[in-house]
Amino acid sequence: MTRRRLVTALLVLAVLALVTLPLALGGGEAGYAGTDGQATAAIEESGYTPWFESVFSPSSAEVESGLFALQAAIGGGVLGYVLGRLRGRRAAPRDAGRTEDAGP
Amino acid sequence: MHIAEGFLPAPHAIGWTVAAAPFVVHGARAVVREVREHPESTLLLGAAGAFTFVLSAIKLPSVTGSSSHPTGTGAGAVLFRPPVMALLGTVVLLFQALLLAHGGLTTLGANAFAFAVVGPWAGYGAYRLARALGAGLLPGVFVALALADLATYVTTSLQLALAFPDASSGFAGAVVKFLGVFALTQVPLALAEGLLGVLLFRVLTTSARPELERLGLLAPEPAEERG
Repeated sequence: MTRRRLVTALLVLAVLALVTLPLALGGGEAGYAGTDGQATAAIEESGYTPWFESVFSPSSAEVESGLFALQAAIGGGVLGYVLGRLRGRRAAPRDAGRTEDAGP
Repeated sequence: MHIAEGFLPAPHAIGWTVAAAPFVVHGARAVVREVREHPESTLLLGAAGAFTFVLSAIKLPSVTGSSSHPTGTGAGAVLFRPPVMALLGTVVLLFQALLLAHGGLTTLGANAFAFAVVGPWAGYGAYRLARALGAGLLPGVFVALALADLATYVTTSLQLALAFPDASSGFAGAVVKFLGVFALTQVPLALAEGLLGVLLFRVLTTSARPELERLGLLAPEPAEERG
């Protein structure tokens, strides 16, 4: 099990490194603008004007980031629920055996 | 990879919608069939949808000095085959188009084609190829998720280049331009996504072993232990 834990820790570290190293290397100079926004800027440069507006736009950057956080929270919540249930299902037979012995 | 609302000329918007629609309808039927025939799959289907819901909400910095988000569509494609993700991915895009002004209704078809059709199929193809070449489940998952992510952004670049060819260098020049925006930024994020997928499937191989065996991802228990 310890080897398994080590692999898990290394995987988590590698993911963190992949997203934090760019920040460290960039030294705060880069703006880290979203690629979607860069693409639309490039298109607007060529003189194109969008012909349809979003039916609803978050009124500020704060509201928008809040809604993005909500999306991540819903996804994370559901994912955590599923993984918790799966894990609980695996542990259940063992626990059941234990409580039967201790039961009244 | 979200083409913003109104940023595709109408003929392109309609064309991509027509192209993506059959995949999404087929995907919806695949989800219904899976739930009806294997109610025990519902949990894992939820996990697949939730995984892409989380990952597509998080914009991460990358080496190019811009930021972008992973897609997370490869996990469901490996678990349930790509059609299921055509529906789940489109639901995610619809949520973002309606509530976050991210992507749009006119560009939903094009975005769904990149995110929910090409990505999952590319990831699934890479997974099958890796397994056929003798790779284990986890290396297969890694290439599937990384490639699903990357393929989605390459598709978006091609879609934009098709709609907005460069004035002097034409389609090819525009492809280079949009790949320059999307592709390189996405490489570290795709690798990170592949590793996240490995973490997820490491949990699933212990906690959801019966499901993975039924879905054909793992050999039945005794054979696995001897091997």
